[in-house]
Amino acid sequence: MPRLTADVELCQGYGNCTTTASDVYDVDDDGKVVLLRQIIDDADRSRVEEATRSCPVNALRVLDR
Amino acid sequence: MTGTVAVVGSSVAGVRTAQALRTEEHGGPVVLIGAEAGLPYDKPPLSKQFLAGTWGADRITLLTEAAARAAGIELRLGVPAQHLDVAGREVLLADGHRVSYDHVVIATGSAARPSPWPVASGVHVLRTLDDSRALRADLERPGPVVVVGGGFIGAEVAATARASGHAVTVVDPLPAPIGRLLGPEIGELMGQVHQRHGVDTRLGVGVQDITGEAGNLMVTLTDGRQVEAATVVVGIGAIPTTGWLAESGLLVDNGVVCDEYCRAVERDDVWAVGDVARWDHPRLGEAVRVEHWTNAVEQAACVAFNLTHSGQLRGYAPTEYVWSDQYDWKIQIVGQPRAAVKHRFIGEPGAEPPRFAVVYSDGDSRLAGALAVNWPKALVACRRLLAVGASSDEAAKLVETLLVPTVA
Ligand SMILES: Cc1cc2nc3c(=O)[nH]c(=O)nc-3n(C[C@H](O)[C@H](O)[C@H](O)COP(=O)(O)OP(=O)(O)OC[C@H]3O[C@@H](n4cnc5c(N)ncnc54)[C@H](O)[C@@H]3O)c2cc1C
Ligand code: SF4
Repeated sequence: MPRLTADVELCQGYGNCTTTASDVYDVDDDGKVVLLRQIIDDADRSRVEEATRSCPVNALRVLDR
Repeated sequence: MTGTVAVVGSSVAGVRTAQALRTEEHGGPVVLIGAEAGLPYDKPPLSKQFLAGTWGADRITLLTEAAARAAGIELRLGVPAQHLDVAGREVLLADGHRVSYDHVVIATGSAARPSPWPVASGVHVLRTLDDSRALRADLERPGPVVVVGGGFIGAEVAATARASGHAVTVVDPLPAPIGRLLGPEIGELMGQVHQRHGVDTRLGVGVQDITGEAGNLMVTLTDGRQVEAATVVVGIGAIPTTGWLAESGLLVDNGVVCDEYCRAVERDDVWAVGDVARWDHPRLGEAVRVEHWTNAVEQAACVAFNLTHSGQLRGYAPTEYVWSDQYDWKIQIVGQPRAAVKHRFIGEPGAEPPRFAVVYSDGDSRLAGALAVNWPKALVACRRLLAVGASSDEAAKLVETLLVPTVA
């Protein structure tokens, strides 16, 4: 199943990821992305990939384990 | 749909449309046509990290050749489209080649409004990677910088030039440039931010004329005063790139006019996305064109969906969102503050660094929009509430609870 990563150093808190996939990404008090899940179902992959492409600084990845 | 999709314009709207078509399992060819020869790149850093020299060109690439190959996206870069033959379903390129399509997506964006002051050198606009490179080269030499236009791009350039040690003056005919969007109070605060960082502002006064050449320019203002500059940056807005469609028969009026599904009116095989698209916004009930990054990405996803799901079209009703980084202000705006009748401040504009939000309400006390400075969490909260049509009181209350951080 696909595994998710987030580069907190890169993240600027633009919040696009959590708007596209609020069940997977959130933003904390410091304005940094939080992964609500590390592993997602294959069925969610395309939706989560869309969320990663909405990140203006390319901080998010979907990996094949 | 297994036919060919031609996407014209290879910046964020075009690239994301091509990628999203694959996400929607479009099986046919995708051809991405772009006027610029280099790999597709992203624009927001051109007034920020790239202009400052902290990021190189490799960091702003939107699509590498390998990624395009992996996604089955055919790149046709370096030749602009010259004409769209809607009846014959062909894109005519400037080198005489033709690309046949079953669907075409217009993503040619917008171009910087040109400087009305003809000067041989030293006066810049900022839209493309080449623009940013040329400006960066001039900023490597010492000397004062005048920025004409105090909107987002002007303010960002001023901040970047100031941070690299230049004396900077911002000129704008409006007394509070950002106030046009966010209300006079915020506009005034923003003016103070310029001044606090040592940037001179000449607001409420226009530019009469610019003379001289790079390194030795003279800017004459409408009040008769003059400002010397080594470099001038003109940031006075953008114009949708629709010239190549002049003989297509498509309806063009401040952008390609589209229905709520982002299809050019009266065509079901011509779509538009990003800065160039002016579509019927179902919730706002009017035709709008939005020049922000996030809109390009969200609209790309919507167009890719509609193109591949002709039986279940979705109206495109986004919640507007834009960010801007200026000095120590990370500004985020959601919704339509300019349509608001009332607003409320929450947090501390005066703190170091400042952290505050402004919640805007419409005539029915519903949340119309929000502004957050250095406070992403507050912005995310308001962005969610806007999507569900919450009241502005509810939004203000929620943002107030965020003033006290929760223990993680
Ligand atoms: C300096 C700068 C800073 C910005 N900062 C921010 C920010 O902080 N936040 C934010 O939300 N937005 C920002 N924006 C706005 C954002 O970048 C744009 O909304 C976004 O680039 C729009 O994407 P687009 O693909 O629709 O159009 P464009 O980016 O304009 O791209 C259009 C593409 O089409 C190509 N093209 C044009 N004509 C033809 C033709 N005839 N044939 C083939 N190709 C053609 C062009 O070469 C270009 O590659 C900024 C813009 C600039 C210029
Ligand atoms: S979209 Fe990117 S920058 Fe924005 S919060 Fe998510 S990870 Fe961070």
